[in-house]
Parts: sequence; structure tokens; C-alpha cells
Amino acid sequence: MQLIACPWCGEREEIEFHYGGQAHIAYPDDPYALDDEQWAQYVFFRDNPKGPFAERWVHSAGCRRWFNALRDTVTHEFLSVHDNRAERPSRTGTAPAAQHAEGQEAGR
Amino acid sequence: MTVETPARFSPLSGWQDRFAQLPTGLRVRELPFLTQLTLRVEPGSAAAKAVEDCLGIILPGPLRAGSPGDVEVLWTGPDEWLLVAPDGRQDDLLARLRSAIGDDFATVTDVSAQRTTLALSGPLVRTVLAQGCALDLDPRVTPAGSCLTTLLAQAPVTLVVREEEPSGVRLLVRSSFASYLATWLLDACTEYRSDTGGRGWDGR
Amino acid sequence: MNTPFRAPGHGRVDRDTTLSFTFDGTAYTGHPGDTLASALLANGVHHVADSIRYGRPRGVLAAGAEEPNALVQIEAPFPEPMLTATTVELYDGLVARGLSGRGRLSGEPDTARYDTMHAHCDLLVVGAGPAGLATTLAAARAGVRVILVDELPQPGGSLLGSQERIDGAPATRWVGTVLAELDDCADVRVLQRTTAFGHYDDGLVLALEKRTDHLGAAAPAHVSRQRIWRIRAQQVVYATGAHERPVAFDNNDRPGIMLAGSARTYLNRFGVLPGRQAVVFTTNDSAYPAALELAGAGTRIAAVIDAREEVPEHWRTACAERGIGIRAGHVVTGTSGIERVTRAHVAPFRQGRLGGRQGIGCDLLLVSGGWNPAVALFSQARGTLRYDGGIGAFVPAHAPDGVRTAGSAGGAFTLSGALADGVDAARQALSALGRTGGTIAVPTTAPLPDGAPTRVLWRVPSPQDGHDGQDGSKQFVDLQRDATVSDVLRATGAGLRSVEHVKRYTTIGTAHDQGRTSGVMASGIVAESLGVDVADLGPTRFRPPAVPVAFAALAGRNRGELFDPVRVTALHPWHVEHGALFEDVGQWKRPWYYPRAGETTDEAVLRECRAARTGVAMMDGSTLGKINVRGPDAGILLDRLYTNLMSTLKVGRIRYGVMCGVDGMVIDDGTVIRVAEEEFLLTTTTGNAAGILEWMEEWLQTEWPGLRVHLTSVTEHWVTIPLVGPRSRDVLALAAPGLDVGNDAFPFMSWQDTTVAGVPARVCRISFSGELAYEINVPAWYGITVWKALHTAGSAFGITPYGTETMHVLRAEKAYPIVGQDTDGTVTPQDLGMSWAVSKKKPDFVGKRSFTRAENRREDRKQLVALLPADEQVLLPEGAQIIATSSIPEPPVPMLGHVTSSYRSDALRRTFALALVRSGTRRIGETLYVPLDGRTVPVTVTDPVLFDKEGTRRDG
Repeated sequence: MQLIACPWCGEREEIEFHYGGQAHIAYPDDPYALDDEQWAQYVFFRDNPKGPFAERWVHSAGCRRWFNALRDTVTHEFLSVHDNRAERPSRTGTAPAAQHAEGQEAGR
Repeated sequence: MTVETPARFSPLSGWQDRFAQLPTGLRVRELPFLTQLTLRVEPGSAAAKAVEDCLGIILPGPLRAGSPGDVEVLWTGPDEWLLVAPDGRQDDLLARLRSAIGDDFATVTDVSAQRTTLALSGPLVRTVLAQGCALDLDPRVTPAGSCLTTLLAQAPVTLVVREEEPSGVRLLVRSSFASYLATWLLDACTEYRSDTGGRGWDGR
Repeated sequence: MNTPFRAPGHGRVDRDTTLSFTFDGTAYTGHPGDTLASALLANGVHHVADSIRYGRPRGVLAAGAEEPNALVQIEAPFPEPMLTATTVELYDGLVARGLSGRGRLSGEPDTARYDTMHAHCDLLVVGAGPAGLATTLAAARAGVRVILVDELPQPGGSLLGSQERIDGAPATRWVGTVLAELDDCADVRVLQRTTAFGHYDDGLVLALEKRTDHLGAAAPAHVSRQRIWRIRAQQVVYATGAHERPVAFDNNDRPGIMLAGSARTYLNRFGVLPGRQAVVFTTNDSAYPAALELAGAGTRIAAVIDAREEVPEHWRTACAERGIGIRAGHVVTGTSGIERVTRAHVAPFRQGRLGGRQGIGCDLLLVSGGWNPAVALFSQARGTLRYDGGIGAFVPAHAPDGVRTAGSAGGAFTLSGALADGVDAARQALSALGRTGGTIAVPTTAPLPDGAPTRVLWRVPSPQDGHDGQDGSKQFVDLQRDATVSDVLRATGAGLRSVEHVKRYTTIGTAHDQGRTSGVMASGIVAESLGVDVADLGPTRFRPPAVPVAFAALAGRNRGELFDPVRVTALHPWHVEHGALFEDVGQWKRPWYYPRAGETTDEAVLRECRAARTGVAMMDGSTLGKINVRGPDAGILLDRLYTNLMSTLKVGRIRYGVMCGVDGMVIDDGTVIRVAEEEFLLTTTTGNAAGILEWMEEWLQTEWPGLRVHLTSVTEHWVTIPLVGPRSRDVLALAAPGLDVGNDAFPFMSWQDTTVAGVPARVCRISFSGELAYEINVPAWYGITVWKALHTAGSAFGITPYGTETMHVLRAEKAYPIVGQDTDGTVTPQDLGMSWAVSKKKPDFVGKRSFTRAENRREDRKQLVALLPADEQVLLPEGAQIIATSSIPEPPVPMLGHVTSSYRSDALRRTFALALVRSGTRRIGETLYVPLDGRTVPVTVTDPVLFDKEGTRRDG
């Protein structure tokens, strides 16, 4: 039972966490500018490196916060964890957020 | 058809007799109907300050509970606290807090019936909890004032180590898990049933 | 009953108390402190089992967990298969029999308690022999938190089985002094009868404590019989000792052949003489103390056969004083005897050649091929090993952070070396912990005589060997698996080069003992056979559990009603009182249906359905997930996550919503009510409550952290009671006199805050049945009161409580899908015929882009339809496949889809099903076939909505 260091709660057993796959896969700015293959790359394809891998985890049974981690896929060792709020500024410009205002207008 | 004072029942309202039969090293009682509000606010923000001023408290940092007072504040996440107050305070607190927050961004949600609270005390507390809690509950590691949201056996709980009671622990458990957890606690005490000193049958 | 092989003046058993036991049907006696094996040997019983493949008589080879032969089945007081007689503590009334390799699980339930305990420490020490005790004492004096686990009933380890002295007194006196000091340390926990069996990540060591096994029938029922300790340690010291290994020679498996060190243990710990006349065959110095101590206790040592040319002067002298002859440069080539060894065949062995053989009569043949450090746990912890040619064994090389060995586990085989190493291990562990102090003086021991190195000898050539040296069919390597040298040679002859492959080919090392006596020997024989260096072959991989652990112990208290949390609603006691049968939905217990006396399931469900469609019925809907969404951007978040437009919903109104993954597949559905301008309350399916909250938080926290919105689970804050049927309005009007229940004042898909049965309630007009229906939400504390009030108010209308089965039938008649039953992660809203729930106005939402992927636009996708069996009584099984022809064609049979839901309908007066069918919408009206019980059932494909397609019943 591995320990994972939640940025907020400290080390907890791994069953308190859920895995969220590769980190830094942003929702595309404009999904409709992508052809099917490019879109499929976003939806279905992820890296699978041997060695350090940037991942997302969520402390489901604790503070419920998502965070990013760098984990070695060979040893499973967590090389670092980061509170992703600190790491990434607010991204209100990301689609579909940016398009949303327009949609809401249309809706009204 | 209207009932004058409608009867209410806490999740463990039928368990007093069974709790009463626990070994003397462990006392368990349900604290029913506590007011519980989820507070979400960015720490350090104006809204957080407004909440602190309104309640006369400081929002505790990670893994900590504020000193028990009129309103006890439990840290449950980096921008999330559970406010715990005596029975029947939710309307008053919601109104005061929302008024204090004003147009700032912070939210308060009544979750009083979402969880119930178990008060545990006695020399057996840590031994019994260690049967199902993977965290180190040694007082040097988890001192009074600690507030840990974690798993106890297979139930999600928020575990608060109280300042004022020796070996006092509060367990906040979701209502649907309450009877499972109570069953688990009773079963965990099987070995100590004729024991008074907080040690197992073989002296540990 | 006498015990003829008990040595007077030796051993630590309590001779004042006699225990009775039965083995293979014969009654014997022993004493507290005995193992089953020592008690058998004291009674002169060596033959304990027959081997699994060849049925050869086998005896006790060892004195501990390394024992390969003496497997027993305990019959009483509680049946348990496959224990080693050498680790079963004797108790009064024990009934056991020897096993040929395979045990038998009891057919009776095991009523004993098993439990689990978490523990944390700065330092875990495994093994309470001299090294482990020295480590523990030194660390305890530094004031760190120490846990010492030890597999024996009492501390001392190898000291219990020797006549060593420490600080000028018997070593066990030192053990007692150390224990007394440890007892006074509040931060030291000593666990005897506790075997560490697995080293896992981040310093987690699992250990099995046998708490009451040794008490037999006297074990108190309220105490757990065995306990799994989950020990999280900053530092771990493995002072696990070493296991003696035998040497392979012809017929090396007979009863009476025993490891030399084990014989020494039987004498000194148990006061047992394993034989009257012994031959000692050794490759190293360690067998000499065994020979001398046994001689001192009355065993006649016929000869010491030392494979080495040079025997140290010290041992020569000591043997001469006892009149023991030594034959240097000799080996044992084979044995005679059937039930018991009667003769050892001895020959000179020089330059790889055997000389002339001679037989020596004996009833005991002691063997020592050297010692293997017990590195299984160290290796599990990812410590690396290296081959030490001087001792012919694998020893620790590189230790991972926080893990080290002490004593003979690290190759320090002498007592003084082990003690010094133990103190040093404590010093290193304390240093790693950043602690100072804790040094103890290394206890003094008798000066060591000059020794000579071990001669590494895996096998003695067989006199039967052919010219190619390829026989060894009677030279046993793994005694439990009956695997021989010739099996190993067959493996290498077949081209196998890896010891891992040889292990699997021969099964060597795969038995209960994990090859403790056979593994390194097998590596050595493989190396010889291939002409390679053992160092390059390595041992086979060590994996947990290092000792057998019962599943019951691993399960602990997670069995019976604690197997998995049982989640219940606030209304659960009422359901129980009223005879509900329950269905497990995730961890929830939900009422399935409420049978009346004499009713079948079908009858009860049809009755409940009829009540909902013709009168009034009520159910417990509290398990629906409920998420409060609050903040200025709440509508924006919901617009992005639902396929529908939610931000336009007016306060007071409700909308059905569907959520998709980015792949466009339905992941959940539910209702969304707008509580206030900046507050929504949404419901999820019962099983998805936690998952959908996590999903929403994922998007909110990682993709759109700038949105000002907070999500809060309020699932259990509310009790939710659907009140369903044409008379539901009348019942609600009675229970909520202040509420205008008229259709205009309280239209479909709206909600009202009101008072129901005197309780503040939120009433929603939504319907999962197509009938006029209300959903009454009250804080859970009031749930029972309001439920009972509604039940009372409805009694005049014949109100009927109903369960999940009826709910399913009602919703299926209306083709409302259940996510996870009618969908499986490959179904789009369009496949469900729910294009109406997909906003055309929103430029984007999660899943939308995928709807236009080529695969999702295919017309031959599987779509939700209803199936009506031609025979109105035939109930199709859920999961049944659908084909196009009335006869089943040759495989591969083209499958058109499958049945997702299937019920008997009271309203339709027939059976019906929902199904996902390829091009289903286009096939409406066609007849398809469902293979069932060797025939095919014709079914008509229809529009999925089978009841009240026009929706006329919704408003009552």
C-alpha cells in the first residue's frame, strides 16, 4: 500500500486517491477547429512513458482536491506533487468557457 | 393533518442501549441533530475575513479544527470548512453568514442531516480506531485539534481529536454509513468487553 | 505413556505439565513449550508423512518455518489444513495427521475471529534473536518508537536452541534482561508469535500474529485467533537469521535425516534427542557444536563426515575428547532404511571422484551444507543480493533506503558478529532517523575458535550416475515437491537457462516453504550443470507472503455484515418492519418489493405497478445522488457539463438533463432544479453519486478553476419520497394543506417549498413513471415522520409502497433508460432517442464535438428499442442476444444487439423488453429472434415507449 503525499493532507494510503490520467491535457480551445483525428487524439490518446510521467490525482477520500504529480512509472515513486491551483492560473479563456457567454446569450 | 412538533430521528437513534454495553474503556455516544454547514471560501479573501469576523473565529488551516466554541470550525479542504454548531442554529447562522459575505464570492450550504457525529472517549479510543484507521493516531503525531478526513474501516469519516477531553475523538460520518460504522465499532470492542484498563486480553 | 527421547536436563519445555495429543490416530503426550514436531520426536516418531509424488516416507528435517516435509492437517479443535508440524505449538487435545502435500479445507464455517491492527513506528525489527534484540535495545534506549516482531512464542531466536553464553552467563539470561528493559519502555512493542510475511511500499510490513492458536480449545472466543498487523515503519531491520541448507545425495529424504542445527534446537529448546546413534555430515564448522552437544546429552555420534580436507584443530580436539571420529575429505553418498534411516554410506571424495564406500549404522543422519541468510523480506523490499562464494549463499548487497539486515540475515553467522551487527544496525537506523544516542555496549561472548571456511557442495555425485553424470533421480532437492537433481538436469537439458524457468519446470520452491531449504541448492545445481557461476544465475525472486497466511486472516473483520459497508436511508427501519425484500445497489440496501403473505415476486410487483398506475404508490428515492451547485457561475458550469441548456432554467423550475463524457457517451442523467438565481440542485443516479461529483470537480478544478461555483454533496441531507399515481395529488393535498396542488399552480417540472406533515419540505413535480407524481424532499431526520404521514394520508386511497423492481417496470414502459443498465459507456443520447435532451443552441458542451465523429454518425449504431415477444408470457433474460433469423446459423452468429431490460407489465398485460439493436430505429416493425433454451423466440421491434406515448397521464 503505497503512500501518496496529498499537497494538502500529507501522506495518505493510495486507496484514498483516484487516478486522473496524464496531466496537462487541456480541453482544446476550439474543438470544432479540429478534424476527427485531431479530436480523437485529445479524447483517446495519452502518453505512456517509461519513467517520469506527469499525472493528475484526486484525494477522493480526503480533501477532494485534484493535484498534479510527477511519478516514475517504473518504480511507482512519486517524484513530486503540486497543488495545481498554485501551478496554473485561472483559465477562464478556455473553451467552452469562452464560447459560453455567446451560448448563454443565444439561450436567453 | 399537520403535526405540531414533528418527530425527528437521528441515524443512530436506536443505538443507545448497544453503546451502553461497550467496555468501560470506550464510551460512545451520538451527538444528534448538530447544525452543520459547509463553508466554501478562498482563504485570506475578504469573504473569509467577513466570515471570521461574523463568527468571531479564525478559519483553521489544513488538518486542523478550531477551538470548540459556539461554532466549531473543521478544515475539510483548502477552501472548505465544516461549521458545527448546536442543534437548531442553521437558519440563524446561514442568514448571518450570507449577510456578512454580501456580494463577495463564498457559499454556505446546510448539510446538517448529511452526517451524524459520534463522540468517543476513554483509554481504548486509539486502540479501537487503530483497527481500521491507517493514520498514525499517536498524540505526538496527531495531537488535539487535529481534523482528518480519511477512511475508518471502509467508511469515509472526518476524525477530530478534541482538546478538552482526554482521549476524546469526534467522528463525523455520513448518515448512510452510520449504522455500518456503529456496527464496526461495537465489533471492534468485542475483545475488550470485560476490560477496564484499555488493554487487550493479552495485556496490550 | 513415556516419551523415550526426552533428554534429561535439557530444553525449555514445562515438564511439570503434560499435554495429550493425537497424531495419525495414536495418542501421545508432550509438554507446554513443545511444537507438534518436537513432541513427535520426543515420542520417537520421525515418519510424519509420505511424499506427494513417490509416496516415500518422510520425517522432520528442520525445526522451524523452513521445514519442507512435516505438513500436517489439524483436525481438532478447529480444522485447518497444511500447517508445518515444526511451527504448530502443542496444546492439549490437538488432533492432527500427516499430509502428503495436499490438505483439505474444512466444510464447516470458521467461527473464530480474525482482525487487523494498524501500527506505526520509527523502527521495526523483525526477529528477536541476538541481533534483533541488540538492535531493539539500542533503539529503545534512544527513545524511538520500536516494534519488535518475532515468530516464536518467546524471544531469543537461535539462542533458545544453543548452549551459547553472553556476558559470562547462559545467553537466555541476557535475553531475559533485555526483555525486562524493553517491557519498561512505553514506546517499545514486542509481538511474539508474529511473523512478518510481506514488505510493501513505503515501509509497510504485514505481519501475522497467531494470538490464540496455541491455546487450542481453551482459546477465548471473543479474542481474535489471528491478527494481521499493518506496520508502517520509517526504518526496518531484518534480523531474520539464517536457514541451514542440506546437501543432495542418494536417498537424502529418509526419516531420521535432519539438519544439524535443527537437531541442536530440538535438544536445547525442547529437550529432545532426535536419535540414539548419529552420523554427522557437514561441509562447515557449524555442525560440530551440534555433534558435541548431542553427544553430551547421550546420543552416540558414530562419525563426523566432513567434506573438507582440513578440519580446524579446535573441533578435532573437542571431538577426540568425546571419542568422536572425524572423516575429513569424505561425504555421505547415500542411505539405507525405509521408515527410518538405518545406515549412511560414506566414501572419500577427492578431486571430484568418489572412493570406496562404507556403511555406518545410525538412526539419525545430521546434515549441514552451510547456511543461507534469510533474505526473503529484505529482497521483497527491493534489497539486492550478491553471491558470497565463501559461504555458498546469497547475502544482502545494496539495501534500499530505510531497510537493512542485522546478524546472520546479513551473513554475520557468529554470535559475537551478530550482536555487534545488531548494535550497528540500530546506530545506522537511528542516524537515518536523525536521532542520536542509543548505543549499547556489545555484549561479550566466548572467544571464537579459529574456524575453516565452508566447502560449497550442492550435491554429492551419485554412485548410480552414468558416465555423463546424469542421474540423481533419488537425490531430492525440494522434498515437498518430490523434485530431484535429475529433474533439475532434465530442465537444463531441455534448454532452460534461467532459475525462474527451472523453478516453474520442476516446481522447486513453489511449496508452502517457498524453497527455503531447496532454492539456493537448486541454483547451485543449475550452475554446475550449465557450467556457469551461481553468482550470475541468482536466486529466484522472493514474493509475499513469505509464509502461508490464511485467507480468513487477510479478510479480518471484513466478513459477514462488515464485508462491505451497508448503506441505508433514514427510512430503512420502516422498510424492514414492513417486510421489504432488499436489492443491493452499489453499497445501498434499497427496497426491492414488499411482498404480502403468499405473494410471489411477480404478483407483488404487478400489484405495486397497478397501484402506481391506477391509484397511488410511494417509494424511497433517498439514494439518488444530490449535488448542490452554488455560485454566480453555477449555470455556466452546468451548461458545459449537461447536454441540455441549464442556465436558462427559471427559478422554481426543473429540467431533465443528460451528461456525457468527452467521447459523447452518456455517463449519467437526472433532474436539475433551479433553487435560486445562483443555486441549483441536481440529482444523479444512485450508483453514480460520488463519481459524478468527482467528475464535476475535475472539470471545475482542473479546467475551469476561474468559475465561481461550489459543489456540495447533499445526498444524505435529504430524504426523497416519490409519490406516484393518479391519486397522488389527493394524498399530497391532505399531507400539505398549505400547498395549492392544482395543475396550474403547481405544474409539471416545477417545485415548491412548503410544509408536509408539519415539516419544511421541497416538493418537486417530476415523474419517473409517466404518472402524475411528486417527489417530496425533507431533511433526513424527518424522513420517517413524513413517510408515515404520507402513508397514513394515502390509506384511504390504498397507497402502496413499492420498490426498485416496480420503479424499473414503470420507467421501462415509458422507455426512460437506466444509465449503466440500458447504457454501457458506448451509447450516445441519440442512440437512446434523446436528441430532444441535446441542446442545439449551445456552441459547446462536454461530449458535443464527439457526436459528429464518423463512428457516432453511423446509421447502423445500436439504438434503444422495445421488443415484444410474440408469446406474451415469455420473459426474455436481460443480456440475451438478438439475431435476425429464426434458426441459429453457423458460428460466428451475427449478433444484432442485446436485451438491456425485461419485465412483466401489468399495464400492457404482457412481457416486454428494452434492447440495444443495430439500426434499431429502422427495424421498428421487424421480427427478430432471441435464442433461448435451445430455441429462438420471435420478437417484434417497436418504438421504445410502450405506455401512454402521448403523455396524457402526467397531469393526472
